[in-house]
Amino acid sequence: MLLAQSALPLVSRPVASVPYMERTRAWYQAQGYERPYRWARFETVPFQPLEKALSRCRLALITTAGQLAPDGQARLPKRVYSHPTATPPEHFYTEDLAWDRESTHLDDRSSFLPLEPLEEQAAAGRIGSLAPRFHGVPTEYSQRRSQEVDAPELLARLREDAVDVALLVPL
Amino acid sequence: MGLVARHLEANGMPTLILGSARDIVDHCGVPRFLFNDFPLGNPCGRPWDRKMQHEILALALDLLESAEAPRSVAQTPFRWAEGGEDEAWRQAYLKLDPAKREELRRAGERRRSSQQRARQDGRARSD
Repeated sequence: MLLAQSALPLVSRPVASVPYMERTRAWYQAQGYERPYRWARFETVPFQPLEKALSRCRLALITTAGQLAPDGQARLPKRVYSHPTATPPEHFYTEDLAWDRESTHLDDRSSFLPLEPLEEQAAAGRIGSLAPRFHGVPTEYSQRRSQEVDAPELLARLREDAVDVALLVPL
Repeated sequence: MGLVARHLEANGMPTLILGSARDIVDHCGVPRFLFNDFPLGNPCGRPWDRKMQHEILALALDLLESAEAPRSVAQTPFRWAEGGEDEAWRQAYLKLDPAKREELRRAGERRRSSQQRARQDGRARSD
């Protein structure tokens, strides 16, 4: 019986997710930065139940991908931006984001900004509608700026569009 | 994004994060989180795989609707690759070997000395 247990195929073992905090700390430490970054941590978590059926909700999509300047190279200033969902740009500024350049690519917008799949869900009646604008939020090294400037600015824009629920997709 | 989700939620707007950095999101503590265990960059599914992207989004909407308490977390059933290849991308991300350590050490030194020069120039101008 013991033998049978130890002969279980390895693939049945759960896969551990990548320890991003540990790897990032080691990466910056290797550059000689002694003070490790402290990720935000909270004991309590807010929760707002849906007040109506999802099929009647207006949903907005939020991304961390940045806006490209008109020349297609530089990034526009790092702040909250909004863009019509009907005419999304094909490319975004993502040079400053920690995405896995070795293992994948960002050539397919829907792999990180699922506007067309959301339009399909709206057409099928799963959500009420997709909001007229999607929004970009910078990933700030400054947690204070994220909490006191960017998040309130985003909330104001979502309220302008009468949004009911937000889907946040960080790269 | 965790901080943003918390702010929206605290002000009455339900949120869901669809992402791939599980440890960071768990550490922060967010209302609803669908974890897709893929390389950072494609949380909504493999590039050009419309069927998978559709299924992941459907799972996200299900969790958004069904969650009844904060820290509601679910994981998609998808794997980036099979067998050893699925392990390879996990090991490769920000991998440090001796050559990379040396490269990073030098890059850090260059950055610090250029920052120091900029500070000294600033002082010289203001004198």
